Amino acid sequence: MSDWLQNITQGALGAISVSMLFSLHRLLRGPSLTDRVVALDLFSLQTSAVITVYALWVGQPELVDVALVLAVIGSMGTIVIARYLYSARKGVP
Amino acid sequence: MKEIITAVLLVLGALLMLLAGLGLFRMPDLFLRLHGAAKASSLGVGLLMGAAALGLGDVSVVARAALGVTFVFVMTPVATLLIAQAAFRAGIPLWERTHQNDLEEHHPAGGPYEPRLGPDGED
Repeated sequence: MSDWLQNITQGALGAISVSMLFSLHRLLRGPSLTDRVVALDLFSLQTSAVITVYALWVGQPELVDVALVLAVIGSMGTIVIARYLYSARKGVP
Repeated sequence: MKEIITAVLLVLGALLMLLAGLGLFRMPDLFLRLHGAAKASSLGVGLLMGAAALGLGDVSVVARAALGVTFVFVMTPVATLLIAQAAFRAGIPLWERTHQNDLEEHHPAGGPYEPRLGPDGED
């Protein structure tokens, strides 16, 4: 990998890290429970993106598997939490 | 040439992920936050996986990246729709300048409903 592409890869990692800080703020200070669930979903996708870019940076193709599994499990967790919230009884938050 | 396309995909994907985080940080309403976060993040992860598949240049990596992009593009809209339905049913307040609300006519907001019970008392 040439030098300028390595710099661009590091810049992309920095941009996704700033985005992770934003979603971490929403996870900590979210007004409602669903805000935190959305923030956690986006956080898992951002972690998957970071692992993908890191796999490109260090040149290890096995790390793409980790990103794939993390993306699938994060979305499935969000679907399960949404189903739980949807079928909540009256008066039980 | 291959490195230039990889760099363009990397920059676009990273900018879209940054836009998703910024939308989750700045939007005034839960539903607008969902609108900002879901679309931008799924397209950003797709572009980044395409960049990794192109830059690593292996057939197995291309297959895994295609599988990952397919999973993300199928699962993220489903999760977003379910979260939005649960939030609207739980009575999360909308932004005060939201004008059109088609869901209100058939399923009015304001607290969880009594769940419809089956014949044997199961939900």
